[in-house]
Amino acid sequence: MDKPEDLLLDVQHLHTGFRLGDAFYDAVDDVSITLRKDEILAIVGESGSGKSTLATSIIGLHDMRNTKVTGDILYNNLNLVGLNETLFDRIRGKDIGMIFQDPLAALNPLMRIGEQIEETLVYHTKMNKEERDKRVLELLSQVGIPNPKRTARSYPHELSGGMRQRIVIAIAIACKPPIIIADEPTTALDVTIQAQILDLLEDIQREMHSGIILITHDLGVVAETADRVAVMYAGQIVESGTVMDVFKHPTHPYTRSLLRSMPQAESDDDELHVIQGVVPSLKNMQMKGCRFAPRIPWIPASAHEEHPTMHEVAPDHFVQCTCYKDFYFPDDDQAAEKGE
Amino acid sequence: MWKTILRRILIMIPQLFLLSVLVFILAKMMPGDPLSGSFQQGQSAAQMAALRQQYGLNNPWYIQYASWVGNMLHGDLGQSFVYKRSVTGLIGERAVNTFWLALMSTVILYVIAIPAGVIAGRYEGSKRDSAISVTSFILMAVPPFVFYLLALIFFGFFLQWFPTGGSVSSTYNPGTLGYVWDRIYHMILPALVAGIITTPSTIQYLRTGVIDNTNQDFVRTARSKGVPDRVIFNKHILRNSLLPIAAFMGNQITSLLGGSVILETVFSYPGMGQLFVSSMTSRDYPVVISLVLLFGFLTLLGNLLSDIIMSIVDPRIRIE
Repeated sequence: MDKPEDLLLDVQHLHTGFRLGDAFYDAVDDVSITLRKDEILAIVGESGSGKSTLATSIIGLHDMRNTKVTGDILYNNLNLVGLNETLFDRIRGKDIGMIFQDPLAALNPLMRIGEQIEETLVYHTKMNKEERDKRVLELLSQVGIPNPKRTARSYPHELSGGMRQRIVIAIAIACKPPIIIADEPTTALDVTIQAQILDLLEDIQREMHSGIILITHDLGVVAETADRVAVMYAGQIVESGTVMDVFKHPTHPYTRSLLRSMPQAESDDDELHVIQGVVPSLKNMQMKGCRFAPRIPWIPASAHEEHPTMHEVAPDHFVQCTCYKDFYFPDDDQAAEKGE
Repeated sequence: MWKTILRRILIMIPQLFLLSVLVFILAKMMPGDPLSGSFQQGQSAAQMAALRQQYGLNNPWYIQYASWVGNMLHGDLGQSFVYKRSVTGLIGERAVNTFWLALMSTVILYVIAIPAGVIAGRYEGSKRDSAISVTSFILMAVPPFVFYLLALIFFGFFLQWFPTGGSVSSTYNPGTLGYVWDRIYHMILPALVAGIITTPSTIQYLRTGVIDNTNQDFVRTARSKGVPDRVIFNKHILRNSLLPIAAFMGNQITSLLGGSVILETVFSYPGMGQLFVSSMTSRDYPVVISLVLLFGFLTLLGNLLSDIIMSIVDPRIRIE
């Protein structure tokens, strides 16, 4: 079903380990994902699930002295894993743009907005100063800044949070990169602004036909914007598929729990569903068996003893679980749909 | 901005007024009066009383204060009892010495501290960083007077590379090249030690600033744009790290201008700090109160200067 020319990014068996003391611990453990042209791929998971680490590995922003990345990240017949910094500098900003979470911290307080957007153009295009200035104004109006000329001359602290996030987006899209990584772009914003920013991302994706990796912990955002979704838990992708498939037929116990943890207006329950426990820390990550098992004690140990592997439950819908077929999730009324 | 600066300067007038009253009262409260120090053999009590009358020392304090301020506004700070000359001229002469010494040690301070701090921060945890940090902590722990004395003994007396006191040798005539060079020669050692001893705080501020800023999100943004590391360092990290240094610059400059009491005393350098100490011990009140007032003024000026520098280098700070 994939046309090969549509494939933008092919991540295979990616491991990203951080040094803690003398050993490296994998924050991203054997992750394989693909990103196609013209799609928004959401990566969703709790804090500490490794989703931001995955993003930073793709764009190569780790401090390489304390990080070990193995596996393949294939882009344009080029493997980004282990690519030297000089070559990577030519890709960052030009082929991969990144949108960051906290728009105030992401901008240099001492530089004018225009200068900060222009910087990308300086290193990736042959434009002269005049052309760059023109492009900056163009970008500012593209991201919906009402007064581009004045904004280009202002400093980050003079703008509101929503405006700053638009600036961060303008920086990321300055060179029209085919791949855009958005790391929780709406987390630091008000709900009303969130919707505007997501609309903007969708507009950009439609206009530039980029592939967008949207990292979020908000399933509402996923449902609204994404085409495909990958659910991450403890450094691994536990379920992936189209948003429709995953939301309609959540198969991994973790996905189900996440979906149940969303507040719902029409629900009669007074209390919100809460997943017991927390994501294990890097040092305490179990190497064998299902990593989510300790948080669902009602599933018999026999159900998940062997190391879980990926199963294709439906076309393009994958789940990594040993027990997805065998058990009935007790507090899940959607489980009935599983048999269909 | 100019309006604000003008307003800040105008605010300094009542501040200086309060300071002058305080200084005057303190001077009045000190035991004895200026004439007790200048008592000469053969002077009778009647002569002293006549002198007191002549200098207006029998008038009520507010009249004395008014005439003091009135004279001061005309540039007349009174007469030094010890040096038998006008305080204005005396301070003016010392101020020139202190100014050049201050300028030289400030230059030395930044020439050493900025590269050292940048290297220590950029290569955090390396051998260079350890060497710089350990040296700066030792310097921070050594009392300045010990450091000055050791330098004076070693380079002045033992190796005899530098003169051990004064600001110029009497063999040169003012205006000649030899005179200028000799003044510089007298300044080198005190400027060097004063510069070096003040480096630790600047080095540490800069080192921490560089380390902090390297981990800032905006540096990550710059990297995600594909900006080369060298440019990221100069344009994003360094500029932000220099902010705290700039904030201190105003006070740094004025505190050096006030002259270092210890430095000038150890090196017998005829600057304002040394003048202050010697006037204090010889109860040369006109000089002492003028200097206290001047130091107060310099402190106020330093704060204003710091604010102005900050508003220039940091767009988030605007003095409105």
